[in-house]
Amino acid sequence: MIVRVQREDFDVGGELAGLRARNPQVGAVAAFVGSVRDLNDGRRVARMMLEHYPGMTEKAIAGICREAGERWDLCDTLVIHRFGELEPGDQIVLVAVSSAHRAAAFAACEFIMDYVKTRAPLWKKETGAQGERWVEARDSDDQAAARW
Amino acid sequence: MRIKLLYFASLREALGTASEALEIPDAITTVDGLREHLRGRGPDWDRALGSGGAVRVALDQTIAGPDSPIHDGAEVAFFPPVTGG
Repeated sequence: MIVRVQREDFDVGGELAGLRARNPQVGAVAAFVGSVRDLNDGRRVARMMLEHYPGMTEKAIAGICREAGERWDLCDTLVIHRFGELEPGDQIVLVAVSSAHRAAAFAACEFIMDYVKTRAPLWKKETGAQGERWVEARDSDDQAAARW
Repeated sequence: MRIKLLYFASLREALGTASEALEIPDAITTVDGLREHLRGRGPDWDRALGSGGAVRVALDQTIAGPDSPIHDGAEVAFFPPVTGG
């Protein structure tokens, strides 16, 4: 299990290659990359600031990955989440899951992402023409997480 | 009992503080008791930590419920619903 909460950007190709290279039993890697959009709730977004809870954020994500490992037969999981100042187009998060077969990798990747969005202590603040605002939690994210 | 308090995101801004060390009366034994105690600090605190706003609490970096027991040396964090990912 790899969990990193960092300010720096990440290289998706390199991370996915690493996930495969570590284990010859891997037959499937599913990945999700989240990035900053320039439009949210009808507002132009010029910048985004991501705040986190150092220590707890890593712990919470590790707990989510552990739970995924209990629900599905996985080889490995990788989550990288950025914090700090970001701009539209920047990568925010990478979730990648390796397994012997694709079904487990697809499902676990979506599960981890749904749980990260609703359980990991991270908060987004957007800045645009209309000033600053904290992004509000969405019911649709809670509903997505409740499916599991 | 001495505890460490942390505040994040919109709550940190509303309260004007990110962290503090606090000596609390022994009568405060739960997360909810602590929240009530802090609400008594003034209108900003009452509003930010009141039942009207959605406030999450973590005790020692694990999500806590209102009845979770506070202990000496605890790290208690207050924050709004999370919006990462």
